[in-house]
Amino acid sequence: MLLIRCPFCGSRNESEFMYGGPAAVRRPSNAAEVSSREWVEYLAVPSNPLGPALERWWHARGCGSWVTIERNTATHEITESSDGD
Amino acid sequence: MATDSHRMESGGRIDRSNPIKFQFNGKNYTGYSGDTLASALLANNVHLTARSFKYHRPRGIISAGCEEPGTLVELLEENSSGNRAITSVRIEDGLKAKSVNCWPSPDFDLGGINQFLADLLPAGFYYKTFMWPNWRLYEPLIRRAAGLAGAPASPPTKVKFESRHAHVDVLVVGAGPAGLLAALHAGRSGSRVMLVDENSEAGGALLNRKVRIGGESSLGWVSSVVDELAAMKNVMHIQSATAWGIREHNLVLVLERRLKEPGELLRNWRVRAARTVVATGSTERSLVFANNDRPGVMLSSAAQSYVNRYAVIPGRKALIFTNNSSAFSVAADLMNAGIEIAAIVDSRREVQDADRSHLNGIEILPGSVVSEAHGHRRVNGATVSERSESGRRRRIDCDLLLHSGGWNPTVNLFSQSRGDLRFDDCLAAFVPVDSGQAVMCAGAANGRMTIPEAIADGAKTGIRAAIESGYPGKSSALPEVDEDSYSVEALWHVEPRSRRNKCFVDFLNDVTVEDIRLALREGYRNVEQVKRYTTGGMGFDQGKTGNINIVGTIAQERGLPLSEFSTTTFRSPYTPVEFGSIGGTRSDTVFLPYRHTPVTSWNTAQGAVMYEAGARWRRPGYFPKPGETMQEAVSRESRAVRAGVGVYDGSPLGKFELKGRDAAKLLDFVYTNFMSDLAPGHGRYGMMLSDDGLIFDDGVVFCLSKSRFLVTTSTANAETVNRHLEFILQIERPEWDIKLTAVTSQWSNATICGPKAREVVRSLETDIDLDTEKFPFMAWRKGRVAGIDARIFRVSFTGELSFEINVASRDFDRLWNKIIEKGSTYGIEPVGSEANHVLRTEKGFLSLGHEVDGTVDPYDLGMGWIMSKKKPDFIGRRSVELRRQGSETRRELVGLLPDDPDKAIPEGAPLTPGGRKTRTEGFVSACVWSVVKERWIALALLERGRERMGQIAHARVQEEIIQAKIVSPCFHDSEGQRLRS
Repeated sequence: MLLIRCPFCGSRNESEFMYGGPAAVRRPSNAAEVSSREWVEYLAVPSNPLGPALERWWHARGCGSWVTIERNTATHEITESSDGD
Repeated sequence: MATDSHRMESGGRIDRSNPIKFQFNGKNYTGYSGDTLASALLANNVHLTARSFKYHRPRGIISAGCEEPGTLVELLEENSSGNRAITSVRIEDGLKAKSVNCWPSPDFDLGGINQFLADLLPAGFYYKTFMWPNWRLYEPLIRRAAGLAGAPASPPTKVKFESRHAHVDVLVVGAGPAGLLAALHAGRSGSRVMLVDENSEAGGALLNRKVRIGGESSLGWVSSVVDELAAMKNVMHIQSATAWGIREHNLVLVLERRLKEPGELLRNWRVRAARTVVATGSTERSLVFANNDRPGVMLSSAAQSYVNRYAVIPGRKALIFTNNSSAFSVAADLMNAGIEIAAIVDSRREVQDADRSHLNGIEILPGSVVSEAHGHRRVNGATVSERSESGRRRRIDCDLLLHSGGWNPTVNLFSQSRGDLRFDDCLAAFVPVDSGQAVMCAGAANGRMTIPEAIADGAKTGIRAAIESGYPGKSSALPEVDEDSYSVEALWHVEPRSRRNKCFVDFLNDVTVEDIRLALREGYRNVEQVKRYTTGGMGFDQGKTGNINIVGTIAQERGLPLSEFSTTTFRSPYTPVEFGSIGGTRSDTVFLPYRHTPVTSWNTAQGAVMYEAGARWRRPGYFPKPGETMQEAVSRESRAVRAGVGVYDGSPLGKFELKGRDAAKLLDFVYTNFMSDLAPGHGRYGMMLSDDGLIFDDGVVFCLSKSRFLVTTSTANAETVNRHLEFILQIERPEWDIKLTAVTSQWSNATICGPKAREVVRSLETDIDLDTEKFPFMAWRKGRVAGIDARIFRVSFTGELSFEINVASRDFDRLWNKIIEKGSTYGIEPVGSEANHVLRTEKGFLSLGHEVDGTVDPYDLGMGWIMSKKKPDFIGRRSVELRRQGSETRRELVGLLPDDPDKAIPEGAPLTPGGRKTRTEGFVSACVWSVVKERWIALALLERGRERMGQIAHARVQEEIIQAKIVSPCFHDSEGQRLRS
């Protein structure tokens, strides 16, 4: 079980959080205008890197903040965390 | 049983004043407090304790610790527990145990016939033979024949389970010489230390061996260290506690088995440690030769443990076979106990003088091997062969054949923490290199195989762990220890004279050297492949004693150095763990309590049948009157709402308050329809989609003031909606000025519904004008109701005139009682969730989890009108449009009237074309007895349903086919006159 640092609550067990997907995925701000291909890529082609990856977690059983962390998917090492961006 | 001749008169760590009666395979025996089941049986001269997994060969006890590959037992009745190593079960009064893989007993085992068919059962035999028509057809039968203990019929009554968390600076695993010194030094530095050890008492290898430390017996030294640790407030020390797994970021799982009168407490610790010191010692490896599995053939360290720790005589005449120096001290201890040593057979060409020193008069045969054990149910001798050209053979009689293949650092936990291993030629074993986490090995687990080395390494590692977790490390003088040495020369197996003689590399799974050769011949090259093909190392013991021989044999057969190979992955659990201990006390409502509205006690006092509804709420399902069936009660409640008046508790509905300049922008973004034009005092039904264009939630938004809104969600989805909205506020649109507050529990509501609802609300006395012109449908008003501050919302989930009275939860009880009291004049009935289901189904209103199952969009439900054409963007719009550009056939919401009006269709029943056994074209999402139609009605999602009005749909229910007419999905007041009245 990961130990995730919440900027408000400190280091907490993964069980307090809900995974919220890779942070690299951003909803197109002009959703009405982007091409269908771009839209589908946003929806259905997630990045899945081996190594450092930015991802989001929601501190559901804590303060309710969305936390962005950099986690190495090969080693689980968490190198950075911040309160969103 | 004091005269028991296989128990020594004195010595050992057992309490002779406390005899214990137990039962094994139906027979009664006596042992002493401190005994394991294995030591107690050996003291009773019971050696044949099991039958093997595949060939049903007679087996005995091979080890003295958790690595036991020989005998698994099942504990019965009040202690019920399956597949326990016989060596790690402590006996207690009344314990009943049996061997797992034989019937009726290991002495007379009907499956034993397999050993005569052994040549027909090579590795992969089952997979190859039972291919047609498929493996699954045979698997259950074969699994049953290859017996392991079954799941207990009921939970053990004498065992309590719990789980606990701990947070420490330094966790030390293992209380042997290295672990004790690591804990001592980390403790002296002031860091928070936890020391856990799987044995019933501290000492580790010192419990089995006779060593002097600090000028006294080693166990005296151990107890002085334990006393010092006990005096430190920052140190927690638990015995009978096995660290069985390491997870990410140094979460270590520890199972503590605490004897508790009566019974046992199993406590699973989840320890989060800044630094973990793995001081788990080493495990003796077996040697591989023909018939090395006969009862009476055991590891030499096991015999040493039985003699020294349990004062048991495991045999009268021992032959010792070794490839390393550790067996010589075993011989000395056995001689002291009066056991005759037939000879020491050493595969090494030269035996050092130091090893010989205490063994005057014993025959030592260097450069020789045991090539075959003799005897069937108990070993009675062995063939010893010289490793020279001549290969001279002779037979030596014995009733105990001990073997030692050298020692493996116990790196299981280290390896689980993603630590790397390398093969050390000098130790002929895999030793730790780098850890992927803050995990460090000490002592024998770190390849420091002698006691002086282990003590120094333990102290050093304890200091390092303390410093790394932020404490000053202090070194202190180490105790004096006897000289000790260790040398080994690899011997992976001894070639049998005939290939028909079985040489076991894995006892538990019955894997032999020949099986490995077969796997290599058939093209399996590396260790992982051979493991999976032969199942070697895949038993309960995870090959603790034998895996290295498999790796060594593969290397030898392929002519490659062992350093070219790795071991297979060590997995958790290190030893079997009871599921109950992982769950702990988290059963029923202990850690997951129900949520109650303020009227739960009123509901139960009325005899309501309580349901669990979304998000763990307790809600009344229905309120049966004496003698009423469920259906009668539900229909009565439904009729009350349609014809008179009913009241239900809508408190669990999710509620959020949105406040801020940009609140309306958020609503326009997350709902499909316009919300920003809502005027204060008004509300609107809305639908939320996910960005893949599917319905996610529905609810009503009320405008409280220009920058303040109340959002209601479905009960089950409240938390998900919260997450969704917070994601937008924190990540997507952080520039928006909005505060979101969950107020679900702050507000409770009573919904009064039915044609007489207005009269009932009026009778409560309120300053709100209830006239429909002044207070129309989908409006809300603030005022006082029955003397309580309230908000009334005019929404309807039943299709009838409804007033949803919201008050602060602390006032709800008072409001509810007033409603029941005043409403009684109008025949008010409390209404449960069953009647609500009937009423909403009659109206064709959607329900999450029924019609909305994560695959539908608003068009599918005939609600295309709710998709705004004016808003350029809202969540889900783009995907709905994209999907609707294609020609995909969609399932659409329809009503169904079963041809037989008295025939219900089970909810969830599949619909297929013509009722044929083919791909489904939809399913029944709801089916209720309608009080307005006086018949069964249903809602369904059906392919192209709206084009098929008037046609017949077919529901397949097991072998029956129910026909129903496809109709509009609204069965009552389709104009909506009543809810607006």
